[in-house]
Amino acid sequence: MHTLLSSYDPVMYSRILTGLTLAFHIIFATIGVGVPLMIGLAEWMGIRRNDEHYMLMARRWARGFVITVAVGVVTGTAIGLQLSLLWPSFMRVAGQSIALPLFMETFAFFFEAIFLGIYLYTWDRFKKKTTHLWLLIPVVIGSSASAAFITIVNAFMNAPAGVTVKDGKIIDISPFGAMLSPAMPTKVSHVLVTAYLTCAFVLAAISAWSLLKGRNHIYYKKALKLTMVASCVFLLASAVIGDLSGKFLAKYQPEKLAAMEWHFDTTTEAPLVLGGILTDNNEIKYGLKIPYALSILAHGLPHAEVTGLNDIPADEQPPLYIHYLFDLKMGFVALMVLIAGSFMVLLWRRRERVFENKWILRGIILAAPLAMMTIEHGWIFSEVGRQPWLLRGIMRTSEGATVSDHVDTMLYVFAALYVVLAFSSVTVLIRMFRSNRAEDEIAAKGIEGGSEL
Amino acid sequence: MSIEVLGITVLWTFLFGYLIIASIDFGAGFFSYYSTITGKRHLINNIIERYLSPVWEVTNVFLVFFFVGIVGFFPDTAYYYGTALLVPGSIAVILLALRGSYYAFNTYGVNKNNRFYMLLYGASGLLIPAALSTVMTISEGGYIEVNNAGKVTFLVRKLFTSTYSWSVVLLALVSVLYISAMFLSYYADRANDRGAFEVVRKYALAWSGPTILCSLLVFFAIRGHNAEHFDRMTAHAPLFVLSFACFLVALYHVWTRKRLGLSFIFVMLQFGFAFYGYGSAHLPYILYPYLTIHDNFTSQPMAIALVSVFILGLLLLIPSLYLLLRLFLFDTKYVQGKRGK
Repeated sequence: MHTLLSSYDPVMYSRILTGLTLAFHIIFATIGVGVPLMIGLAEWMGIRRNDEHYMLMARRWARGFVITVAVGVVTGTAIGLQLSLLWPSFMRVAGQSIALPLFMETFAFFFEAIFLGIYLYTWDRFKKKTTHLWLLIPVVIGSSASAAFITIVNAFMNAPAGVTVKDGKIIDISPFGAMLSPAMPTKVSHVLVTAYLTCAFVLAAISAWSLLKGRNHIYYKKALKLTMVASCVFLLASAVIGDLSGKFLAKYQPEKLAAMEWHFDTTTEAPLVLGGILTDNNEIKYGLKIPYALSILAHGLPHAEVTGLNDIPADEQPPLYIHYLFDLKMGFVALMVLIAGSFMVLLWRRRERVFENKWILRGIILAAPLAMMTIEHGWIFSEVGRQPWLLRGIMRTSEGATVSDHVDTMLYVFAALYVVLAFSSVTVLIRMFRSNRAEDEIAAKGIEGGSEL
Repeated sequence: MSIEVLGITVLWTFLFGYLIIASIDFGAGFFSYYSTITGKRHLINNIIERYLSPVWEVTNVFLVFFFVGIVGFFPDTAYYYGTALLVPGSIAVILLALRGSYYAFNTYGVNKNNRFYMLLYGASGLLIPAALSTVMTISEGGYIEVNNAGKVTFLVRKLFTSTYSWSVVLLALVSVLYISAMFLSYYADRANDRGAFEVVRKYALAWSGPTILCSLLVFFAIRGHNAEHFDRMTAHAPLFVLSFACFLVALYHVWTRKRLGLSFIFVMLQFGFAFYGYGSAHLPYILYPYLTIHDNFTSQPMAIALVSVFILGLLLLIPSLYLLLRLFLFDTKYVQGKRGK
């Protein structure tokens, strides 16, 4: 037992360190992808309605955004290098097969970085207001394209395409074909839309917080309405894409679907298990079984056959705990639907009163961390669900990791780094907005906004 | 030009881009902190801030571009360097992360000119180039051992006790300070800020001598470490002579306080000739003696795809970079601080 505990396993430490870096980076990456779009929406509204409140909204969001971008850039650089440092054997194979989207990502990032620098320093530089808004378009395109390219790499890991494999080795490669993995369309659209959704919720939560504190300026109401309406649109889009993802899994990664739904035997008319716990001999207790639902989810037909774990070799089955991750994630989604739905109903029925409803405001504040947690859970679920593979069917996770010493020490050092960065960035952001509240800035600058919500 | 030479040339060019713009950034961080201690901060801080603010994010991209590109063109580098460089690579990443984020916290946050932030910013400006320069040292061979089973070991002790390794670190440090001071002289002159100009001009002159001395030191240290590389470098001797000539031209202009834009172009040429001279003599090895650009090149279809994407990417980037420079470097009003944000 003692030797077991003290033995150093670089694979395990590499997995934990990569997971830690990504878990931290994904927060800032999500903000980096979604917030530019929201800033653009606000500035566009400001120009369209000729309302200075929206222009200020864009500026204030952009000010906070820079801080998160900085952390996103440096942690993105960290994961970029860690891929080679922790997974050298994997990157050797990835370099041969899926280097193209990684390369494209740096271009997209480059493009975004240049225009973000320009955008931030040219608020009052042009005569026509739309010129400044145009400068944001490359930022929005660049950040979304970055996310898309990185997700394409991940899609390839889940469902390799464009390569010919012989005896577990890649022998023939089509660089563009590798980008068109069957997992790509659903994954990319899911990542993008949920990033937009999360950012809309995060920004909504900030306005809701101010309103809840009794700061009833119309600026916050405008911000809340804009962000919540956007949230509803993105929420609907994520639901549709989420359903398509289930159908993709059934076709290309049946083992992931079977493990996440605890579907042990291949059957037709498969039921969907909600919640529940698994006993030691793989019996489901306390779960809620919805008849036909898994067949519908997987193939759109109640009588369709769904592959069970009995048809997957034992050493290729993902861990069964991903069921909990997935159900937790869906629980978060249900809560978000409830919150956004209630807001829309109240806005429609009672108009102004919705901005005073404390429960709605509290719900919106809750929705922001929920949305971020959903992203984290969804991502961990997807990565763990690919195990034991690193590149599905080609390379196992244990074959891709480094054999170096000191991965454990690096893990502790990076953990400390992320704690420091998280603490500092949150402190800086809070101070920034506390010391300069929107209503104070409006008064100080003598801004006159429209009265229309 | 074969496609593998084209590939390494593209990557080398991006590394050169990083060398120049990151040096400006790193050196500026050090000078910014140094001027606080010597009480000259009020003189030079404005120009440093005005230049760095819009471009800091772009700096990092050059580095990312290089290491993503090299894995694409030469996938085996990921395996060798990745295994060997876990510790030094991680240290460099941590320093870059602290530097980048604290720069943003200091510049955009409320608590400006926090002493601790400034120290981090200044110190990392010297430590990062020192850490990154060791990769160049390692590429000369002798610090990585590969056993029969293909296991890669990094000989840390050997790296830390080697003269060659320390001479490269020294050259990296003084070059950073020299390049940065030369650029800031140009920028201060453009901004018409005489006070700042006189300060940074002194820095530039002070670091010019050490730069040449350290270059010579590395030149001779490499003879002891990798004689084969040294021989090929002497075959490229005209490039190094040109580099020295460019140094003299650049120095002359700063000395006489005339045509500082031209002077900085010559600084870039000085480093350009030396960097490409060193690089072409290094070929065909990427890691002596294990990796060469020929044996460890990616597949033909991937190489063609990467080059095509690179060309398309450049068509997008060059106009964008030009716009950035036009707005913040060539726009006299902005440089002089006469434009609102």
